[in-house]
Amino acid sequence: MQALTQKSKPVSREPMSLMEKIYLPAVLKGMSITFSHMFKKKPTVRYPEETRPFSPVFRGLHVLNRDEEGRENCTACGLCAVACPAEAITMEAAERKEGEEHLYREEKYAARYEINMLRCIFCGLCEEACPKDAIYLSETFAPASFARKELVYAKNDLLIPNPKTEPEAFAKAKGLKPIK
Amino acid sequence: MNLLAFDWALLIEKLVLIAIIITISLVVAMYATYGERKVAAWMQDRVGPNRAGPFGILQPLADGMKLFFKEEIIPNSSNKFLFILGPCLAMLTAMMTSAIIPWGSELRIGDRVISLQIADINIGILYVFGVVSMGVYGIMIGGWASNNKFSLMAALRGASQVISYELAMGISLIALLMLTGSLSLKTITEQQMAPGHYWNVLYQPLGFLIFFVCALAECNRAPFDLSEAESELNMGYHQEYSSMKLGFFLFSEYINMFISSVIMATLFFGGYDIPFIDESKYNPNLMAWLGVGALMVKALIFIFVFMWIRWTLPRFRYDQLMNLGWKALIPLALINMVITAVVILKYFN
Ligand code: SF4
Ligand code: SF4
Repeated sequence: MQALTQKSKPVSREPMSLMEKIYLPAVLKGMSITFSHMFKKKPTVRYPEETRPFSPVFRGLHVLNRDEEGRENCTACGLCAVACPAEAITMEAAERKEGEEHLYREEKYAARYEINMLRCIFCGLCEEACPKDAIYLSETFAPASFARKELVYAKNDLLIPNPKTEPEAFAKAKGLKPIK
Repeated sequence: MNLLAFDWALLIEKLVLIAIIITISLVVAMYATYGERKVAAWMQDRVGPNRAGPFGILQPLADGMKLFFKEEIIPNSSNKFLFILGPCLAMLTAMMTSAIIPWGSELRIGDRVISLQIADINIGILYVFGVVSMGVYGIMIGGWASNNKFSLMAALRGASQVISYELAMGISLIALLMLTGSLSLKTITEQQMAPGHYWNVLYQPLGFLIFFVCALAECNRAPFDLSEAESELNMGYHQEYSSMKLGFFLFSEYINMFISSVIMATLFFGGYDIPFIDESKYNPNLMAWLGVGALMVKALIFIFVFMWIRWTLPRFRYDQLMNLGWKALIPLALINMVITAVVILKYFN
């Protein structure tokens, strides 16, 4: 019969020798192996207290960006929603009024912007589609939750802190400070 | 007025002793579950439970609580009385063996001598055997009353396993009993403590090995956990059990493990004897306490070895189990017995 793969190894079907039959040498050998494992370094990362360092290209939770003056970048063009293969993004556009120039960079902005984290597959296509550098994927996870509706992230949950009023939080969210 | 002549102090003393010993067995069993998980984790390069309390030491409490709060399910088609009797029996027999174990020598309080043993009966070992073989009824009744194919199969396996291994265990013990000439555990311990006499394991290494393997089988521990066999029988005899009834089954396994560790330590490793020290030269009360400690340490080492074996060896197949029992252990035990008998007759008579 032709072998299905090249990786298969023939198993020895010979009757066991006396040494094998009394089991004990093999048992002791096995036990010494398990014993030595007790003192090996554990590869476990104790998650909430310790986190694994991610590379800068890691695709985690989304962040809606602001520019240096603290204005929202997003212009509600909908390209991200179109690009999204999981159809996770919903938005509603609104027109910028007089006197709101310090809030929104473009004359049209997203009044409602939601990402359903249960649908999102963290592919990063929204980030690639965005012409305004308004959305990007950060290096954090979406935290677990007991309720579905808590996993639909609204604009408030996604917006980056304002660099004017909270420069430190902004820098941290941007990952500008070196991650230890 | 016969009642007044009764030694009430003795009754109270024994009751207190029973309460203490039962508590200790339960606590040890509780922490054996924790230890098992930790040992398993370390051997698999993991950390094990570490969330409940520092180093996870509250984990057994959390587990127990969880079991208490689970829904009690009694299957419709089961035999209700037997279904409940099963875990009770398992627990009862697990606790009963501790009665004849000498946990330490004697305490002297005033002029009262308190023996750290609930009952020093002269057929000690036979009593252990009797109770231990009752223990399998818990498994059998539980498995049968569940009215479930897998449970029944597990119960049958458990029964046949215990019968075959009890034989080898008994025969290996006969050789030991020929040496000691007594069935009382207290006498056996005292003989090993006597100056110029070493631990029985030195006289009966093969006997100890056979006894140890059989003890593993009697406790239904891996590699002989055929009646549980998660991967083949869906947890075996306790498949239909939930809540604390399941807890009782799991718990009795750990108590059994503790008790058989203590019995092995008593029979073969000098019981409460502290190695290389002549106890009679020191304060007897202090030595009694240290002796209890020594026995506990020995038992804990055995428990560790039990776990170590469990996390090293895969389960035996049923035919392998029977082959090992009937074709290897029993003949070996017989040979060991005959050799011991000949040596005793020839050189020590
Ligand atoms: S990461 Fe992918 S799936 Fe998630 S919102 Fe962006 S485009 Fe959609
Ligand atoms: S996030 Fe970017 S792509 Fe999406 S609507 Fe806003 S500007 Fe357009």
